[in-house]
Amino acid sequence: MTVLHFSTYVIKKLFQKPATHLYPIKKQKFFERTRGHVAIDIDACIFCGMCSRKCPTGAIGVDRTAKQWDIERLKCIQCSCCVEVCPKKCLSMENAYTAPSEGSVKDVFHARVPDNQPDR
Amino acid sequence: MSKRSIVPFGPQHPVLPEPIHLDLVLEDEKVVEAIPSIGFVHRGLEKLVEKKEFTEYVYVAERICGICSFMHGMGYCQAVENIMDIKVPDRAEYLRTLWAELSRIHSHLMWLGLLADAFGFESLFMHCWRLREQILDIFETTTGGRVIFSVCKIGGVRKDIDKDTLKGIVTILDKMQKELKELTDVFIEDYSVQHRLVGVGVLTKQEAHDVGAVGPMMRASGIAQDMRMLGYAAYKYLDFEPVVENDGDCYARTLVRIREIYQSMNLIRQCVEKMPEGEIEEKFKGMPQGERYERLEQPRGEVIYYVKANGTKFLDRVRVRTPTFTNVPALLKVLQGCELADVPMMVLTIDPCISCTER
Amino acid sequence: MVDKQTITEVKVDELVDKAVLMKGQGYRLVQISCTFKDRFEITYSFDKDYELEHFRIYGERDEEILSISQVFFSAFLYENEMKDLFGVKIKDIAIDYQGGLYRVAQKTPFAPQKEEEEEAEHV
Repeated sequence: MTVLHFSTYVIKKLFQKPATHLYPIKKQKFFERTRGHVAIDIDACIFCGMCSRKCPTGAIGVDRTAKQWDIERLKCIQCSCCVEVCPKKCLSMENAYTAPSEGSVKDVFHARVPDNQPDR
Repeated sequence: MSKRSIVPFGPQHPVLPEPIHLDLVLEDEKVVEAIPSIGFVHRGLEKLVEKKEFTEYVYVAERICGICSFMHGMGYCQAVENIMDIKVPDRAEYLRTLWAELSRIHSHLMWLGLLADAFGFESLFMHCWRLREQILDIFETTTGGRVIFSVCKIGGVRKDIDKDTLKGIVTILDKMQKELKELTDVFIEDYSVQHRLVGVGVLTKQEAHDVGAVGPMMRASGIAQDMRMLGYAAYKYLDFEPVVENDGDCYARTLVRIREIYQSMNLIRQCVEKMPEGEIEEKFKGMPQGERYERLEQPRGEVIYYVKANGTKFLDRVRVRTPTFTNVPALLKVLQGCELADVPMMVLTIDPCISCTER
Repeated sequence: MVDKQTITEVKVDELVDKAVLMKGQGYRLVQISCTFKDRFEITYSFDKDYELEHFRIYGERDEEILSISQVFFSAFLYENEMKDLFGVKIKDIAIDYQGGLYRVAQKTPFAPQKEEEEEAEHV
């Protein structure tokens, strides 16, 4: 019966587990390669500025004198270009995404300098 | 003689989340003429090439479209590689083909869902997209992105897939094929679906050739033209025939796309079987000089990349001719003489991607 | 293996004849593309049995070109696009949008600026 073709399919699906997650309660599982956000090991960074020059959207800012590295989270397109060009391999791609927000989200990292107070 | 009236269609329309506007000239319920109007999302991405280095432009090229994103990056890379005479390693070519075919499955499944949505078959739409989700998961495990992969680069690919994952992909596809069969049978045999598709929007073989239709639109009208036959990437090593239907109506276009999903699954199996070991990228030096037209087969049809380089790291010009751009005249052809109620269906069967079209 | 691509140069006034000839031989219009540096160059590509044929015309900024959309109907979109983005003057397009195909903020954004405009900006 051509009319009942889809009905049998749907009835079968009635007895299976739902295909969707209850999202805010059950968190999304990430895969190993998922490109979520850029993370930095700031103590290994030499502030060469390569990442900021190669970034297609100009989301990364590097200040050599202040030993500061910052990123505009919502400007970043997760292309992982900076991770590849980094000579010290101190940048990495982490799984979790940046949380949604109304304004711009800027994360600033300072290197620990021995004669300065360490950042908290 | 009946009175003529003009009905505007779009740019916001429930069946189509993309901005295309049509002025439909009606005689009673029949469409006599249609005038398209696009340009709501023109972003000028082609101009951006003058400000980005040619290696960086891959990221821009990938963002031209959200569905055939991988193939845009691949087309651009191929054009530059051919200008610079870079020989891409075999394994990279196979990997590119694999991702390209997975993109085709994902795009066609999405389109099937949208078609079901257009004729009001909501649960069929949901089930198509449920299957598509598995493909997106494959993308995420292998590349790290669900929609925009950023794995293509000039000279090769960025990421490799190991043996177990490759086998896993084939297992997922085998399982999916069984379920897909049940779903596509609904499209092929269901009475109400046939009622909306058979004999609607006929484009004859001659008309298809004259208006320059491409892709599934052309193949549904009986012209066996598939750019994959040119043998770019790993297609030269794979065994396949273009999918052709002869009726030229909406039903034939649906059949072509359904059969292409199975064909793509078959191609992926061949890819996994034949994939050689080895390097995945070729290092290169120097700047491109020269110009080239590169053709690829996207899910929606033939895409053309024109790259003109002047020997510096900034290119002179990149031009992308996307499949929807040439399918718009074909759409105008099929719209003439159709019922007003069938217009959304007709617009959907060309598989429009307006943001691709305007770049 | 990379196939050679040859581009044949055609005079502006021979263009429509060439298009009629290609149509008669059963070619399909694949694309029209425009590049604009000092003068514009427009390339018309035709396809038959997976073989591409390219024809290129060169012209000065204010030169008028006859549309080929009477021969290949699908050319009208490409020609309107060139008109909008590069400001190429094309006559007799089948459906002429009069520069309204793309809703752009700046007129002819892809064309290089005219000298007097550049001067006006510097003042």
